[in-house]
Amino acid sequence: MALLEVAGLEAQYGWTKVLHGLSFAVDVGGITTILGANGAGKTTTLRAVCGMVKTAGEVRFDGHRIAGRATEDIVRLGIAHVPEGRGTFMQLTVEENLRLGAYARASRGTLAGDLRRVFEYFPVLGDRQRQIAGSLSGGEQQMLAVARALMLRPRLLLLDEPSLGLAPLVVREIFRIVRTINREERVGVLLVEQNAAMALDLADHAYLLETGRVVMSGPAETLRKDDAIRRSYLGY
Amino acid sequence: MDIFVQQVVSGLATGGIYGSLALALVMIYQATDVVNYAQGEMAMFSTYLAWTLINAGLPYWVAFAATLAIAFVGGLAIERVVIRPVENAPVLTIVIVCIGLLVILNSVAGWVYSYIQKPFPSPFPEKPIRIGNVFFGAHDLGALGVTLVVLLSLYVFFRYTTLGLAMRAAAQNPVSSRLCGIRVGWMLAVGWGLAALVGAVAGMMVAPVVFLDPNMMGGILIYAFASATLGGFTSPGGAVLGGLIVGVIENLVGTYVRFIGTELKLTVALAVILVVLIVKPSGLFGRAAVHRV
Repeated sequence: MALLEVAGLEAQYGWTKVLHGLSFAVDVGGITTILGANGAGKTTTLRAVCGMVKTAGEVRFDGHRIAGRATEDIVRLGIAHVPEGRGTFMQLTVEENLRLGAYARASRGTLAGDLRRVFEYFPVLGDRQRQIAGSLSGGEQQMLAVARALMLRPRLLLLDEPSLGLAPLVVREIFRIVRTINREERVGVLLVEQNAAMALDLADHAYLLETGRVVMSGPAETLRKDDAIRRSYLGY
Repeated sequence: MDIFVQQVVSGLATGGIYGSLALALVMIYQATDVVNYAQGEMAMFSTYLAWTLINAGLPYWVAFAATLAIAFVGGLAIERVVIRPVENAPVLTIVIVCIGLLVILNSVAGWVYSYIQKPFPSPFPEKPIRIGNVFFGAHDLGALGVTLVVLLSLYVFFRYTTLGLAMRAAAQNPVSSRLCGIRVGWMLAVGWGLAALVGAVAGMMVAPVVFLDPNMMGGILIYAFASATLGGFTSPGGAVLGGLIVGVIENLVGTYVRFIGTELKLTVALAVILVVLIVKPSGLFGRAAVHRV
């Protein structure tokens, strides 16, 4: 069953159309990845799902139409977006950043428990709870961004290039945690990545984007074995 | 020495008022990058409302509380009705809207209440309070106390409540705030409401000293600008401290520098602005603005 269903999605910035009728889906408890080169429209796709750009087309979350709704309302349904550039509140403390992640959640009573839970996933954040978030390293900020998203107790997690600019070890760690969250809490994941090898490893479904159109899709396994993908995106 | 202490304390009292108004300016500036030139007139108008309530027979502190509530709702409404439509317009447009608001509030107050000065009551006794050999005006001490209570409450609100945290977040990073489900537009409106509330306190505390008239906040707004510039337009705490410093400097210069006296006091504020802008444009506690190009 599909948690997120997108059909004929179009998006534009000003007069420039960047998505030309995308269709894709994320299953309940599934991981879908969208691959593509720079400028293919990956980030815009995530932004379109969250109502951050002008869109046309159908977006259904859990069977309900969400296209055209305000970002704040979409978030409240349980869609957490880890944005490009991590969206850290630089002048606030780590703990305040996390508390903001839980802001839109219906029940705030269990905040302490949720903090403990994300600190189990990311012990380094627990050590730096009172530190100003702007003083964290890039990898720690990426962890903070994922942790902030988890504080919403989302049903769908949108990840925008979590590997960008990070050391391979840190990337592996973050991917491992995303897999754990996905398995243990059945959170659906929509992952946008340039690191195709890692993304295809993690995902069960993959879509390849070129200049705002889906040019190939299927089970991640199939795409990984495809010769054209291997040559252009996996590099061997 | 006694005169010195006396002047410092009374400087702190007026400085607290400048600081409050400066804080109101900074709160809105931080959230929207706009200086609300109507902040003083909003405070003046609130003070007139307080005067009306007191004249209608309400006890002072009841009228005080009611005025704060009205000011908060009024500030919120102004943001929603007047500022919201131009939210995404160039800064200059918003500045002009604010100046328009200034003129309208000033004229309406003059039209409704006339331009004749009115006395405004102080909730504190008239008899000076004596500590050691020094006499302090009871209103000075009281006003300073009220200002400090308001500032402390604001600090607690922003620091420890979820709404306060959300407002800080919305001012810093609107995009990320939306992704956390924060209704950024409403946070700005609440910010305007709180700024109007702080301004109302400043108005009610200064009115017994300067008397109530539609132009009473004009000079005080200039002091508030000086305070915010001195403390740094990006630092709420700095703005308050800047206000206290400006208040004390103003009083000491007025007392000890013969040729300045009371007539040239306002010049002191302008001199402070000038010196800060030349020596340290970001103010004592402000951060220099960094823009990506």
